[in-house]
Amino acid sequence: MPDFEPVLLKRINANASSALDAYRADGGYRAVVKALTEMTPAQVVDTVKNSGLRGRGGAGFPCGLKWTFLPKDHPGPIYLCINADESEPCTFNNRILMEKDPHQVLEGIILSSYAIRAKTCYFYIRYEYGDAYRNLQTAIDELYAANLLGKNILGKGVDLDVFLHRGAGAYICGEETGLIESLEGKRGWPRIKPPFPAIEGAFRKPTIVNNVETMACIPHIVNRGIDWFKSIGIPPDPKNPRDTGSYGPKLYCISGHVNKPCCVELPLGVTVRELIEKHGGGVWKNRKAKGCIPGGISMGIMTEAEFDTPLDFNGPGRVGCLGLGTAAVTVFDETTSIVDVLYNICRFFAHESCGQCTPCREGTGWMMKIMDRMRKGQGRREDLDILDEVAKSIGIMPGTTICGLADGAGWPVKNAIAKFRPELESYIRKGERTTLPLALAH
Amino acid sequence: MAVVTINDQPIDIGMERLNLVQAAQKAGTFIPHYCWHPSLSVVASCRMCLVEVGEKKPDGSVVMQPRVVPACQTPAKDGTVCITGSDKAKLTQARTLESLLLNHPLDCPVCDKAGECMLQDFSYRFGNSASRMIDPKNKPANKPDIGEHISLFTDRCIMCSRCVRFTREIAGTAELHIVNRGHHSEIDIFPGDPINNKLAGNVVDLCPVGALANKEFLYKQRVWFLKSQESVCAGCSTGCSINVDHNKDVVYRIRPRENPQAQGHFICDEGRFDYAYINGKSRLDQPLARVGDQLFAGEWDTVLATVRSEFAKVAHERGDTLAGVISPMLTVEEAYLLAKYIKGLSADARLYLGWIPVVGEDEKFPQNRKGNPLGAVKFTIRAEKCPNRRGVEEILKHFQGEVLGFDCFVSDAAKLKAAYVTAGYSPRLGPWLTDDQAQILASLPLLLVQDLALSAICRSARFVIPAATFAEKDGCYVNSANLAQELHWAVKPGTMGRTDGQAFATLMQRRGLVRATAVRQGLAREVPFFAALADGSLGQYGVRLG
Repeated sequence: MPDFEPVLLKRINANASSALDAYRADGGYRAVVKALTEMTPAQVVDTVKNSGLRGRGGAGFPCGLKWTFLPKDHPGPIYLCINADESEPCTFNNRILMEKDPHQVLEGIILSSYAIRAKTCYFYIRYEYGDAYRNLQTAIDELYAANLLGKNILGKGVDLDVFLHRGAGAYICGEETGLIESLEGKRGWPRIKPPFPAIEGAFRKPTIVNNVETMACIPHIVNRGIDWFKSIGIPPDPKNPRDTGSYGPKLYCISGHVNKPCCVELPLGVTVRELIEKHGGGVWKNRKAKGCIPGGISMGIMTEAEFDTPLDFNGPGRVGCLGLGTAAVTVFDETTSIVDVLYNICRFFAHESCGQCTPCREGTGWMMKIMDRMRKGQGRREDLDILDEVAKSIGIMPGTTICGLADGAGWPVKNAIAKFRPELESYIRKGERTTLPLALAH
Repeated sequence: MAVVTINDQPIDIGMERLNLVQAAQKAGTFIPHYCWHPSLSVVASCRMCLVEVGEKKPDGSVVMQPRVVPACQTPAKDGTVCITGSDKAKLTQARTLESLLLNHPLDCPVCDKAGECMLQDFSYRFGNSASRMIDPKNKPANKPDIGEHISLFTDRCIMCSRCVRFTREIAGTAELHIVNRGHHSEIDIFPGDPINNKLAGNVVDLCPVGALANKEFLYKQRVWFLKSQESVCAGCSTGCSINVDHNKDVVYRIRPRENPQAQGHFICDEGRFDYAYINGKSRLDQPLARVGDQLFAGEWDTVLATVRSEFAKVAHERGDTLAGVISPMLTVEEAYLLAKYIKGLSADARLYLGWIPVVGEDEKFPQNRKGNPLGAVKFTIRAEKCPNRRGVEEILKHFQGEVLGFDCFVSDAAKLKAAYVTAGYSPRLGPWLTDDQAQILASLPLLLVQDLALSAICRSARFVIPAATFAEKDGCYVNSANLAQELHWAVKPGTMGRTDGQAFATLMQRRGLVRATAVRQGLAREVPFFAALADGSLGQYGVRLG
């Protein structure tokens, strides 16, 4: 594959990359001018829909299709929520976009708001991103001063206000309805669906929730057109009628046991091996990889043998993982105990489960307790069967929980038991124990 | 017309907007649920009511959804097919129960809820017999002081959030909330802000397990010893339907009984906790007659015979100096008997309505901390703290065409020679006579007081007859909305006691025990307002009059 010219990350190393003047000098806000003068909102929606842009937040739902779910001729208000609660472990692509190039994201927000006729946008940013928050706030202030936000933008009769809202640090507030509840000032508990947010979301009004990276893609689609966007990535799998293709550039985060953890922009469909070898500088300490997490821990676990899987929206699914997720690849080397990996994953989900639905609340806690016992050398063979059964029943069986957290909590456990069962069994049989310190009390 | 199929059984639910739990109930199928409650919002979080759902197409074929869905969240529509007993549904229900029991202490032997616990019942019906968890359970600390009447056994909680939703949606004061996340979630209050709103006791009934306990009832009685009697709360003119739980002639607990015509699902704490006086030590259970300066206890029949002759003498001399005061604590049947007795002595005798206790103003819920109403009214505690003013008024209107109040009686006292005064108010309301009123009544030559306990006025009474509480008598009350509801006796009025109605019947020289239904039928024939009661029985929810 020829070297890819970054689109979304093009400006991040430029001087004063987050300033409005610099962004305009690089051709910024041309898409806004183009859309507001030449296009109707419906045309913007169609453009995004036809480009095949799929949400970058994790589920990969077609972005333009989501916009069309809004009720027609709604008297308003309609809200746009930006999900910047990037709390999937090892994921930091949104952070780079917000810290280094906030105007690119904000341009996407202006375009999306114009398309869905939203006059208010709530930008829900996780508490930990202080720099991103400050840079975005500066950028928003600049936009108000330049009449790119506020009343009557560029004299075209379009109004838009953007409010930054800092979360309080909960994984579950990255779930779109959990985010909306938290935004409304309530406990971040995902809502029951239907009604979906596009019908009844924030403050009981139609609401679209989109990811930051999705927003960053939109100015480029408007500027360069559908054909350009579709020239990147890979077309739908003809054997899978539900695949809508994986088009466009994607930010991949590489972390864990690699020499050069980084965030790179590549066309969708790059393989794990290429990511690690070419962009991550290979596995550290001259070791071999044991496996990786392909897209945030909720997507499951891949073994080294599966590293040639392309990371598009369907690739990870072919090797038993949940999906692409946030495309955050975390590598662990051959010396890592899978018991530790699994314990850490279970502890994370037990800590972050909101506690609303019984199967997830109790199931994640149970899995953590079993893993804790196992790593202390008290595991039993039947624990693996129990883990497998619990993992498969708390969310992987559709409908058992309200949101997808349980699904995400179950998938890595299910994968680990399917793919690393011999190692787990030998660990239990030999009565091994881990002496790694416990980072968090539980 | 909407036809829903529940486990192959079609059921027509008409135009009602029901969820699948309710639709299944209509079809006689029980879908287990914890978090769902008909008068609270749907959260679908306990995941106990998971069922398989499909849709019947016009051509008769059925397309099932591949997922399980919570029945409480799924509306029953025409053609909806719901399967509750499939392997998949049963498996998910059993898994949910196993999950709920992971951190639930199996302390049923010391738990107040044991015997009426939904976790016990569902585990028995839908769960597994053993837990596979060998790890230590979470043991959060108990919170015995989250409310004046309420204690929280934190570890027993299954996080259905009914109590939280109740304080937000019905009470409006929102004292309860959930703290912490995941399997460490707990119900809690803000520090120093206990749950003391006037509807707080309902959270105990709402709690499907033994987490929230009623401190007045805690450790007093195992629930399987209790017998339950359908009754009506005598606390205010809302007339809430209640169950009186009793054992060996002691009332241990009052619980709300669902009645869509009266109050809905709940009762207030005023009614819930006002039962100690029923078994109070100061209760009279024998009639007293004055000899000189002293009141002496006597046999019922002897004392009532004297009462009868004394009153008859006054009535014979001059009928318009005889008065009867009919308390709004009496049932309609008792009021009717008393009115008939007094008017039977002399057509000129005068009837007065007893004291109407009024405390403050009607309180409407939900209300915020400042007492201001929030949205549509879901519960009302009335200022009028008696159950049967409407019923007594209608009796009075029938017998003398007008309703004379208690103040009128006091001001007329100087003209009277004999008065039959009934009271029977709960001691929570304080004295029913002011000192001035008592002084005025003291001048009556022949004063009979029928009350629960001795009071200041008894010092000047010739006779003091024991009254019975609502838990001891049969009859009906008419609430402020003219709904007549039946109450049934739960406990006996003391070892020697008799009900008010029985005393009136004896005075009227009727033989045998008074049967409220028979009296009611006679009343319905005689008084047009009560014509709708001719059937005798009022059913579970009562009959609306007028």
